Amino acid sequence: MRAPLSWIKEFVEIPVSVTPEEISDALIRVGFEVEEIIKQGEDLTGPLKFAKVLTVEEITEFKKPIRYVGLDCGDGQTRYVICGATNFEVGDVVVAALPGAVLPGDFNIGARETYGKTSNGMICSARELGISDEHSGIMVFGANEVTIGDDAIERLQVNDVIFDIAVNPDRGYALSIRGVAREVAGSLGLKFTDPVNELRTLKFEKSGVGVTAKIADKSSASVFYLRTLSNFDPTAATPLWMRRRIEKMGMRSISLVVDITNYVMLELGQPLHAFDRSKIQGGLTIKRAGKPQKFVTLDGQERELDPDDLMVWDDAQPLALAGTMGGLSSEITETTTDIALEAVHFCPVCIAKNSRRHRLSSEASRRLERSVDPSLAEFASARFVQLLTEHSSATHVATEIDGEPIYAPVVTIDPTYISRILGFYVPAQQVAQVLRIVGCDVDEKTFAVDPPSWRADLLTAADFAEEVARMIGYDKIPSILPPRPLHASLTSTQKRRRAIATMLASRGLAEVQTFPFTNQATIDAMGFVGERAATYKVANPMSEEFPLMRVHLVPGLIEVAQRNISRGAKDFAIFEMGSIFRSSQQLSSAISPDLSKRPDQKVIDEIFASVPSQGYHVAGLLVGKVENENWAGKARAYNWQDAIAIAEDVLSLCHVGWSVARSDLAPWHPGRCAELIVNGKAVAHAGELHPRVVSAYGLPERSVAFAVALSALPDSQLVRPSTVGTMPAAVQDVALIVNADVSAAAVESALRDGAGDLLESITLFDRYDKIGDGKISLAFTLVFRAADRTLTGEEVSAMREAATAVAEVKCGAVVRTA
Amino acid sequence: MRVEEISTWVEDARKAFTSAVDLDSLKLARLAHAGDKSPIALASRGLGALAPEEKASLGKLIGDAKSAIAQALADATAVLEAERDRKVLLEEVVDVTLPVNRAHRGGLHPISIIKNEISDFFIEQGFAVEEGPELESGWLNFDALNIPADHPARTMQDTFFIEPIESGMVLRTHTSPVQIRTMLTQQPPIYVVCPGRTFRADELDATHSPVFHQVEGLVIDKDITMAHLKGTLDNFARHMFGPDVTTRLRPSFFPFTEPSAEVDIFFNNRWIEWGGCGMVNPKVLVACGIDTDVYGGFAFGMGLERTLMVRHGITDMHDIVEGDLRFTRQFGVGL
Repeated sequence: MRAPLSWIKEFVEIPVSVTPEEISDALIRVGFEVEEIIKQGEDLTGPLKFAKVLTVEEITEFKKPIRYVGLDCGDGQTRYVICGATNFEVGDVVVAALPGAVLPGDFNIGARETYGKTSNGMICSARELGISDEHSGIMVFGANEVTIGDDAIERLQVNDVIFDIAVNPDRGYALSIRGVAREVAGSLGLKFTDPVNELRTLKFEKSGVGVTAKIADKSSASVFYLRTLSNFDPTAATPLWMRRRIEKMGMRSISLVVDITNYVMLELGQPLHAFDRSKIQGGLTIKRAGKPQKFVTLDGQERELDPDDLMVWDDAQPLALAGTMGGLSSEITETTTDIALEAVHFCPVCIAKNSRRHRLSSEASRRLERSVDPSLAEFASARFVQLLTEHSSATHVATEIDGEPIYAPVVTIDPTYISRILGFYVPAQQVAQVLRIVGCDVDEKTFAVDPPSWRADLLTAADFAEEVARMIGYDKIPSILPPRPLHASLTSTQKRRRAIATMLASRGLAEVQTFPFTNQATIDAMGFVGERAATYKVANPMSEEFPLMRVHLVPGLIEVAQRNISRGAKDFAIFEMGSIFRSSQQLSSAISPDLSKRPDQKVIDEIFASVPSQGYHVAGLLVGKVENENWAGKARAYNWQDAIAIAEDVLSLCHVGWSVARSDLAPWHPGRCAELIVNGKAVAHAGELHPRVVSAYGLPERSVAFAVALSALPDSQLVRPSTVGTMPAAVQDVALIVNADVSAAAVESALRDGAGDLLESITLFDRYDKIGDGKISLAFTLVFRAADRTLTGEEVSAMREAATAVAEVKCGAVVRTA
Repeated sequence: MRVEEISTWVEDARKAFTSAVDLDSLKLARLAHAGDKSPIALASRGLGALAPEEKASLGKLIGDAKSAIAQALADATAVLEAERDRKVLLEEVVDVTLPVNRAHRGGLHPISIIKNEISDFFIEQGFAVEEGPELESGWLNFDALNIPADHPARTMQDTFFIEPIESGMVLRTHTSPVQIRTMLTQQPPIYVVCPGRTFRADELDATHSPVFHQVEGLVIDKDITMAHLKGTLDNFARHMFGPDVTTRLRPSFFPFTEPSAEVDIFFNNRWIEWGGCGMVNPKVLVACGIDTDVYGGFAFGMGLERTLMVRHGITDMHDIVEGDLRFTRQFGVGL
């Protein structure tokens, strides 16, 4: 919302000593963010004169049309200037910058030779003067609008300060000069004159039959003023001052009738809509579209109406998308002589829905969906009649009214509540005083507060507390720490996640965070199927390229790896921790319990259960070499073992036991993927990525990855360490020959089973696969130790033999003799 | 054997040892003067044949002499060994300035680091850290926070909706639904912070990202005032931006707080919008079943990306979301 200081000053007596910055600070203090202070005319110096075009000589030998224009600048002589614009003719009045003038951008105007002529000044566009962005041509004025030779800087009210203000959704009233001026006055303690005061006394004679007004659905609007005027001369022009104000607000002047509707909206905040009466059949009725149908709005767009759209109808058809945009068929044209002016207090939600359904946010809808002062339907429409009859031949015919304004109720508050909320003492008397500043009526005995007509948002004690706080100043609030619990700590899950991230980072992996979106092509390319491929779809994705929620972390890691590779990285390791969104359950219809009390526990449980569980995973991708190669030599490439080792480290850090088995899960290499099983469930996968995935995404060959479903892990148990034995250890080596398809894990497990309780550790120290005959040799070191004695040679041999005996039974292992 | 000979042997040994030029020549000198065939060794062996009284007096002399020779040998050995070490180890010199660290440098994402830092700060203040799902029920994300359907506030936040729309599921637009979950499952007093990932349909540019992070705080207790909110924010701001930072509350609007405020910080000589805050709207407390006659509270929320960018002078959001290792590695595991 823009607000020119010159306009604010019409309603607030601001001493000249108050600077624009002080006004801006005052607005910020009461909750209006001033995004920009535009000082119009600050970098503009005259002479800038209104001039009449006397002659136009077209110069055609250049690439673009050039005019050599003779001007009467009111000094009794003809001044010639070169001009590149063509939107004017002889007899028009333009603005000429004369030599000596300086235009914004430090553009000095002087007499100069150009296009083979002497140009003695410049004809200006609005943009060249810095008063609007309009640059389709130079500014042209009617001959009777201005006086030739007058100072254009003054007549165009160029010198002004315009505040560009961000207005919060609860303060619709401040989308008007009336509202902003009130806030400036309140914040600076200055006198405010409400422009509505003088409108209250306006009376218009009934001189004929007006168009009737009706609200069919009382929930869609409370009050409907419809003022009919006739005898309008469509050639009537908008007065220059009004046109300039509209331009300062960032809008464009269109025609007198439309300009006045906009002017009144900007001044008071009430959107108005003017219909050409001759296009109306019968009376106007506010009702729903009722059925799907086509409707062409003012902007020429044909729209498909929703049955729920709120419309302004005549007896035959919808004429306007209520509170949002008028229809093309009944718009004011150059031939309009009779006008029906609509001013309605619509239900804000109806307008919000209209606007959202048609993706049409207009100046009107923006105000109406934030709620407009209900009393303004009457006063703003009166202001329209006042201005139109004053500036044209139009006369008032009749005013038709349906419904009546509904105001926010009187609220009784406890003034001590205000102090209790704010944390400092505010005497009741001051509460009353401040609330009066914002427009409330306050009965100081009962503290019944009647909010002003424009404040539909003041409904609860908390609302009034904010009003008091912002008018007294948030800077008065003291700074005190609340009483707090003596102790808090991270949950074990939070601690675990942190420890894992820190461990991975220390192991040389860099953490990344990717957007959790994906697409079907990626899911297919990874080879995910079934429930690992099912996910939720975003109804309105950022880009159609990524409409789905991710089902796995590895694709995101691949994307980041590709990006790093494209930027020159070769050897690196990355990881990500985060949620995945496999569609574990069908989404049910929304559960939306009433908000007036805590929902039943059953309903709360249902709401919680309606949100699908979102698994929390950690995954890593390792590409290239395990180390940076340098003078010290080559480094080896990451291989499947590195990925499995990291996954094991994650589990080990979580103090859970696991077993390893081969897996052929996507997106891994079907022969080089391990699954780590905890409590019978595969919770982690690691190994080499599928060669097809590697080549499809241009990763270095044999890139490896791991993924651990952290949310599937059991909680860590308290560590209860076994005692450390100090008796000597007995070390035994065994070499076993097994079929090549027997896994090392199976042999190790069998040896453990057979070795008994005194086995302290077992290590595979050699694997030899060159035996042939489909056999391999696995050599293990077994360390035995007893807590209370030195083991004898016989004991140790017996245990070793027991171990190999089980390996023989379970794995077909044959002890290899030297 | 004459007594005076003994002192000569000691003297000879000493001379021989000190004049040895290296450990090899010292070895020869040792054999000559302290070896099995050295005069002192022979004399020592000959003691057994002497009469007891002579044995006692001579034995003492020989013993002393042996100690003196051993001492002289040790001294000389120490000197020569030190000399040898100096020479030999010097030959083993390496260029210790060579680049030796070949390991990949890992690191945490700066958003994780700042999230940890904020969580730790509030843990120390007695706040628990609560988290919740990113794909969230619309009732928890909007309605319960006093953001009714079709209220302009709902359109303020460009929401990602999940199909089917009737499910009301959204990608949470803020971490506030975690506050609601907390109030629905815990009894006051409640002191929590909720860090996490949030979503809004904003185009990715230098200062916006459709996927970003927030941290929110919620306090529900008896006699909580806006002064407690201010105190908590001041403390938090000083922790994040240093002891000299000042904060400013500005009236604002959020449906779930009343009164509401923006919190600005004065940092690097300018006011910067940091986050939003306010006293929890009693309507929100009522919807969560908290007795507003007994309890009240405050809430606040900040963007983690914004906090990070302001504090570290990061000017482009792309650096935070793209995962370029050259960016991330600079942070290590702490800021």
